[in-house]
Amino acid sequence: MKNEALYNYVLRLGDDSLILGQRLGEWCGHGPILEEDIAMTNISLDLIGQAMSLLDYAGELDGQGKDHDALAFLRFENEYRNALLLEQPNGDFANTMMRQFLFDAFRKPLYEKLLDSTDKQIAAIAEKSLKETRYHLKHTSEWVIRLGDGTDESHQRAQTALDLLWRYTDELFFETADDVSLVASGIVPAMNEIKTQWSKTVLSVLEEATLIIPTNNWQFEGGRKGVHSEHLGFLLADLQYMQRAYPNMKW
Amino acid sequence: MVTKESILSWLDEVCDPEIPVLSLADLGVLRGVEYLNDEWQITITPTYSGCPAIKTMEDDILLKLKEHGVVAKVHLVLSPAWSTDWLSESGRVKLKEFGIAPPENEVDKSVLFAAPTVVPCPRCNSRETKMVSQFGSTACKAHYQCLICSEPFDYFKCLK
Repeated sequence: MKNEALYNYVLRLGDDSLILGQRLGEWCGHGPILEEDIAMTNISLDLIGQAMSLLDYAGELDGQGKDHDALAFLRFENEYRNALLLEQPNGDFANTMMRQFLFDAFRKPLYEKLLDSTDKQIAAIAEKSLKETRYHLKHTSEWVIRLGDGTDESHQRAQTALDLLWRYTDELFFETADDVSLVASGIVPAMNEIKTQWSKTVLSVLEEATLIIPTNNWQFEGGRKGVHSEHLGFLLADLQYMQRAYPNMKW
Repeated sequence: MVTKESILSWLDEVCDPEIPVLSLADLGVLRGVEYLNDEWQITITPTYSGCPAIKTMEDDILLKLKEHGVVAKVHLVLSPAWSTDWLSESGRVKLKEFGIAPPENEVDKSVLFAAPTVVPCPRCNSRETKMVSQFGSTACKAHYQCLICSEPFDYFKCLK
C-alpha cells in the first residue's frame, strides 16, 4: 500500500459517516413529526453520500480494487474504525439530536481544515461535504437549545442524553503515531486544533441550552482500534444482510 | 460526424429525474464533454453527496447517446463543488414555472434561530410565506408554505 497512514485516516472518516448514516436512517417512518422524520433521513442521506466518496477513496489508496460497497458490506466488526459514539443506539429524539450535535460540531471544523489539505481528493471531498455539514450543525444546535431550554421533560431528556454520550466524545479526537506524518505533510490538521473549535461550539450551545457537562470525565475508547460495543454487530447485521445472504447480488 | 455541439444538443434533452423541466446543463451538473482515447468522456458533478438521482442521470446520459449510436463514459467529479451559482438563468425561470421557488441569492444564515430567507411564492408571488422545514422532499429543497394563497411549495435552497 502506498500510504497506509492515509488509508487508515480516510477509513476512519468514512466509517464514522457510514455508521452514523445507518443509525439515523433507522428513524425513517418513526420521527416525532413528519418534518423531523424527513430532516433526519436527509442528513442520513448526506452522510451515506459522504461515506461513499470517502470509502471509494480508501479503496483506491488500498489498491486492491475495493469500492465503497465492498468496504461497507464485506468487513467484520473489528475491521470498522468508527468512533463508539456513532454506533450508540438512537434512544429518544433528544439522544439522537445530542449525538448528532456532538458529531457535527466535530466534523465542521475538521472539514474546514481539510479544505486546505495537500491531498487533492481529500480537499475535494471536504469542499463538497462542508456545505452539507453546515446545515446539519445549525439544525442540531437549534434542537439541543430548544430541548435543553424547553419544558422540564425535554430538559431532563436532553441532560440524560448528554450524561450518557459525553463519555464517548474524547475518542473523536483520536490520533495515531502515523497521523503525525500526515499532519507534517499538510494532508490533515492536528486534532488539538479541531478539539479547540469543537469545545468552543459545544460549550456555547450547551450553555444556551442550560445543560450541564458531566463532572465525571471517564472516557470510553476502542472503536478507532476496532474494539466496538455490542451495538455495532446488530447494526452491521442489518446493514450487510442482503450481501451476506446473496453474495454479489445487485438491485 | 459526431461533434461536441451535437453531443451537447442531445444532452439538452436529458433532465433531472426529480425535476423533469431542468436539463443537466441548466442544473449545472454537466461539467464537460470531451473526445479522448477514441471515446466521448462526459463529466458530471453531484448536487449533494448522497443525491440518489446521480446514478439515474449517468444512465440517462448513456442511454441518450446510445440512441445516437455514441458510446461514452461518464465521470464523476467533486471539485469545484456544485453550488446553486451553477444553476443557469433559464433554469431558474423553468423552476419557477414548474412550481419550485428558485434559490434566493442568500444562504440561510449560520446564526442560530435566524429568521429564514424570505422566499416569494412561485404561484402568487406573495412574499408572505413561511418556512415549514429546512429539509424538504429532496436534499436540495426546503419546504415552505404561502400565507396568502395557502399553497405549500418547495424551495430550491441556496447552497454556496
